[in-house]
Amino acid sequence: MALKGNLKDFSFIQLLNLVNLANKSGALYVERPGESARVLFHNGKLEYFESSNEKPELLRSLKDQKLITAYQHTLLKERLEGFSDREAGIYLVNAGYATLDQVTTALEEDYAKKFRALFDWNEGLFRFEAGELLPENKIPVHLNLENLIVEGARELQEIEELKAEIPSLDMAIKFTDRPGTDIRNICFSPTEWQVISYVNPRNTIQQIATATKLDEIEIRRVVFTLLQAGLVEIIRPGGVPLAIPGKNLPVRNPEENRSLVKRLIDRIRSI
Amino acid sequence: MQTQTVKIVVTGPFNAGKTEFIRSVSEIDVVSTEKRISATAEKIKESTTVAMDFGRITVDNDLVLFLFGTPGQKRFDFMWEILSEGMLGFIVMVDSTRPETFREARSILETFKAYAPTPYLVTANKQDLYDAWDTEDMRLALRLDPSVKILPCEATKKSSVKRVLLELLYGILKEMDDNEARQNNQEDEIS
Repeated sequence: MALKGNLKDFSFIQLLNLVNLANKSGALYVERPGESARVLFHNGKLEYFESSNEKPELLRSLKDQKLITAYQHTLLKERLEGFSDREAGIYLVNAGYATLDQVTTALEEDYAKKFRALFDWNEGLFRFEAGELLPENKIPVHLNLENLIVEGARELQEIEELKAEIPSLDMAIKFTDRPGTDIRNICFSPTEWQVISYVNPRNTIQQIATATKLDEIEIRRVVFTLLQAGLVEIIRPGGVPLAIPGKNLPVRNPEENRSLVKRLIDRIRSI
Repeated sequence: MQTQTVKIVVTGPFNAGKTEFIRSVSEIDVVSTEKRISATAEKIKESTTVAMDFGRITVDNDLVLFLFGTPGQKRFDFMWEILSEGMLGFIVMVDSTRPETFREARSILETFKAYAPTPYLVTANKQDLYDAWDTEDMRLALRLDPSVKILPCEATKKSSVKRVLLELLYGILKEMDDNEARQNNQEDEIS
């Protein structure tokens, strides 16, 4: 089945959330004029990232993380000319330049940094190719998406987007019964904790904003972050849906109601 | 004896397939309030529902089921609340090939949930098309609770529409049983 669309309709954060929650494996391609990127996921974790602007390079990542000096970088680049990332990694570990953990962490930091740039893409085509595997000559990482998602949601500046997600501040929020993410892996900011402390079906979002001294955009941003993290859901204030007075069934007692629905079932079956 | 009428509402974004859905099972020609579309941006089909679609299934001499389709375009949303009054349950129809409508579908779902606490389900229409999203991906995109049913559907096929209606009715029956069990438990606790 296709998983494709445009980032203007389905934001990058939402896409990551989907990959994360569904534990997807495969390649996500995103492209806009003059730029494209490929992200590989394995069981909902980021495994590899490359963009048309910059291919990942192990030695550069290690230099950026200050695991090797600029001089070592120049020497090793010459020595490891033609080596794949995997071969270079094995060489560096065996030669004592870095441990396997340090290599993995350096790549994770590098991927996460470059990957974050995609959060600013408000438009661009995307498609997910399920089952696409990491090339054997690359070093896989296993980067959790939860914090990237929360961070990305935090950075989402588009007020229009926020207004579309949370159209009214007169609604309340409550904690979901089944949070979509493992909350132990999520780091909240002090402001987010402040808002969390007021989450209660009786408090409207506007009231929480007043209590926490947040403006309309800030409160929307925090609530959006909590929504994306799967921690809260929006409800009517008081926690009870506003029912329109009137009867949902025209008959009185439960047995009659049940009989009526059974008659409907029989009729639909016979169509 | 006076004929009883019950209604099920079919809602969802513009061009999700609501009119086709009702047309597939209604025993009368669907009473439709379609108008030619004027806005260029919305011109992916020639006409759209502006007030409601209305289909009918006669159960027996004293029971009739009405199917009401809501207008999909946002500027006609004042009709939604009127149509939802007294509904037995509702169906949110989503075009599986148009992720750009998922956000709106979620907003419509939340609106109808707030109108009345009746059972509902979500149908992923146009599942026969190449571009259709997988229903489980749609569940995540629409942020549906695992307990909410999302069913693949082809609104033009009677068998597919029947299956959706039956699932909704089974859900209504189950909710009745659950409510009764809850009530019995409360009575036991009191006594």
